Amino acid sequence: MNAIAPAGVSAAAFLNRYTGGDGNATRVQAADLLRRAGLPRTGVEAWKYTSLRTLADIPFAGASAQADGVVVDALLADTVRAYDPDADLPRAVMVNGRFAPDLSRLPDGVSVTRFAAGADLTAHDDVASALNALLAEDGLALTVAPGVDAGRMMLLSVVVAPDGVALSVHPRHRIVLGAGARLSVLDLSVGRGDYLNNPVLDVAVAEGGHLIHAKLQTEDPAARHLAVVHAEVGGDASYDSFTLTLGAALARHEVHARLNAEGGIVHVNGAQLLDGRQIADLTSVITHAAPSCNSRQTVKNVLAGHARGVFQGKILVERVAQKTDGYQMNQALLLSDHAEIDAKPELEIYADDVRCSHGATVGALDADQLFYLRSRGVAGEEARAILVKAFLHDAVELMGDEALRAVLNRAVETWWTRKDA
Amino acid sequence: MPAIAETRDAVESLGQSTYKWGFETEIEMDMAPKGLTEDTIRLISHRKQEPEWLLEWRLKAFQAWQAMTEPTWAKVSHPPIDFQDAHYYAAPKKKAGPKSLEEVDPELLRTYEKLGIPLHEQALLAGVELPEGEVARPPVAVDAVFDSVSVVTTFRETLAKAGVIFCPISEAVREHPELVRRYLGSVVPVADNFYAALNSAVFTDGSFVYVPKGVRCPMELSTYFRINARNTGQFERTLIVVEDGASVSYLEGCTAPMRDENQLHAAVVELVAMDDASIKYSTVQNWYPGDEHGRGGIYNFVTKRGACRGDRSKISWTQVETGSAITWKYPSCILQGDGAVGEFYSVAVTNNHQQADTGTKMIHLGRNTRSTIIAKTISAGHSDSTYRGLVRMMPKAAGARNFTQCDSLLIGDQCGAHTVPYIESRNLSAKIEHEATTSKISEDQLFYCRQRGLSEEDAVGLIVNGFCKDVLKELPMEFAVEAQKLLQISLEGSVG
Repeated sequence: MNAIAPAGVSAAAFLNRYTGGDGNATRVQAADLLRRAGLPRTGVEAWKYTSLRTLADIPFAGASAQADGVVVDALLADTVRAYDPDADLPRAVMVNGRFAPDLSRLPDGVSVTRFAAGADLTAHDDVASALNALLAEDGLALTVAPGVDAGRMMLLSVVVAPDGVALSVHPRHRIVLGAGARLSVLDLSVGRGDYLNNPVLDVAVAEGGHLIHAKLQTEDPAARHLAVVHAEVGGDASYDSFTLTLGAALARHEVHARLNAEGGIVHVNGAQLLDGRQIADLTSVITHAAPSCNSRQTVKNVLAGHARGVFQGKILVERVAQKTDGYQMNQALLLSDHAEIDAKPELEIYADDVRCSHGATVGALDADQLFYLRSRGVAGEEARAILVKAFLHDAVELMGDEALRAVLNRAVETWWTRKDA
Repeated sequence: MPAIAETRDAVESLGQSTYKWGFETEIEMDMAPKGLTEDTIRLISHRKQEPEWLLEWRLKAFQAWQAMTEPTWAKVSHPPIDFQDAHYYAAPKKKAGPKSLEEVDPELLRTYEKLGIPLHEQALLAGVELPEGEVARPPVAVDAVFDSVSVVTTFRETLAKAGVIFCPISEAVREHPELVRRYLGSVVPVADNFYAALNSAVFTDGSFVYVPKGVRCPMELSTYFRINARNTGQFERTLIVVEDGASVSYLEGCTAPMRDENQLHAAVVELVAMDDASIKYSTVQNWYPGDEHGRGGIYNFVTKRGACRGDRSKISWTQVETGSAITWKYPSCILQGDGAVGEFYSVAVTNNHQQADTGTKMIHLGRNTRSTIIAKTISAGHSDSTYRGLVRMMPKAAGARNFTQCDSLLIGDQCGAHTVPYIESRNLSAKIEHEATTSKISEDQLFYCRQRGLSEEDAVGLIVNGFCKDVLKELPMEFAVEAQKLLQISLEGSVG
């Protein structure tokens, strides 16, 4: 992931917005990286199947543009109604990349502080994080004290681009769990109009902590979503994530998870349901840097229309990481003659006493299964729906938090109904 | 695992005796001066009395090569190669084109004898009494290539009767120019990649096989490559064309003397299979891998590709890779014809400081094309071994099917095993299945074998052979025996 060949297109449009005024070292470093590497094209190995070259041609404006309050309120209401019908989840709301305290309802047990560039900008060496570091203006740090079970909360991003303006927002969040602390986060992105949402989330889970991160991305069909999660996981701690990608014309969710001490667990599961001309990429690098850790990954792609799904998953087992147990499965279901899947599951292993495996399958709906259902009186479309949902079930089922699992299932259901309509 | 460590130490104390093909033959060589320029290429072409079109073809490749840079995506590291610091032409000094074995330098024949290569046809003919304990081998036609120059090809008459052409490619250029011109570079174009372009510019010899319509080649064909001279690169070129309904099985073996410096080997192999044709290409690659500190050894950058042009054609690659300091090799199949079949069976063993980045590409273009990939990787010592493969289903590959299985075995905690498959599908009805595992030899398996009286070494040999069985069974019989022995030898000094 780190080798960046100078094969990209110029990131000048973004670099010009960076004044260098605050002299923050991480920003300077990020600017330097973007100047050298540019926006990656498919010639760059880490971006082999997803090109950002189209971003170079769009005159994105900063987040100073005022969002239309009526549209924001409507989107917020719709989202809450859909995914939190009892409206009882605490929530932190970002509007156009800025924290909106009056729309938020902060949880007990979680200390929420606003972004301060100097302290909160962690340096990373991937392009999407660099782009965020360059232009990040706001974001939230969610901290749970040791031993506290902070329950569930919603982190909601609403982006509304004014007519005729392309907007880019780059929020930088952080979630820190103390030893033995617990938190479940429902991470939602919605929006209207032409924009780029480029959130970066730094996660640190201390010993025995347990973070559940359920992400649901339903951006505007014209939008671009470029997210990165960097997770550092301590001993006997866990980062349990699921990313459901439904929206945006071009999306990439990138996860870099690192198991730093014995007994850590990482789950990077996900599903991408795409139609039309959508392109969505789930890329992950799970690094086992300590012995006796466990990583699990199940990723499903359901691709209709002319959609293209990308999965790149790497499990890196360092020399010290003996007794590693790593498993990765990625499966794709093509529903149309024009859909495309590109997958690159990757194992890089330097320790010998390990159990690592990956599997991948690509195919259409099974004709025998369809026949079986039809022979029992289930009509064609319904039979297809049953099989697709069953295909996704394996993955969604892995979400450890029951209530968040229900949210994901509802989102799948909605997608399928809308697709059919 | 103390028992394993003991064995490892014991074997390590044997030192560097494990590469038994490490001798050098003193033969007078005719060499081009070091370096690579247009003049070098003209010299090679002139020495080989090539027609003008081939010289132009070479120069075109050279121009392309000059504009290219070395690929960096493979998981191998080595000091930069100085392409001007090698001889691009080295031939045994002898009158051109020995017509029979009697004319071949006896020193050369002794070399091949040491290698155990059956050059003497007579001894191989059925009915000849063999010393006790030796198994009768079926006849194999051999083309022996010594530092890029083919020195002898056996059984040519028998083959000619069947209509099969099997000769050095330099001879084919003279005798069958229309065939060579039609197919050379048709599968691997001159500018395909850095090393293929280099090979196209400077290749000196290799084998040419042509099997006409409906002919089953009456015997196995084999080429044995040996790098002997110092500071030379070996750039051989193999071209195999099999017409409608014909079939051939081809074996390739390679060795080199032990040397401190690294030597470059950049071969190109092109296969063409027409309707219902079948090609089975087996390789046992045993170039000198370098010593236990990673000094010396061959840099093996090879482009191998087969085109299944015809309907229901089949190309099967089987490789056992135990040698070379660096292996960079991806035998591929382009499945153009409907119902074409591609297969790739590979065992790659790395020990000490060897690095191997090898795998395959299966490009499915035709309908109902099928491919199977079985890759077994074994890493020991300080070595790194990578499987890198591509399976691509193009939009017209309706009903295409791929199955891939990659298994890695790690022996010791200082080595690495990596799997990098690329899976791309653009057809709804194409099906791809891929699975990969990484593990080590389990203490339970070892204990079980030891309990039954096997030594630690034998137990590991047995387990490794079992691990590779799916691939080894694809090799022609006598090759399989050789490959099994080779596996054991390659892993000596690492076991545990």
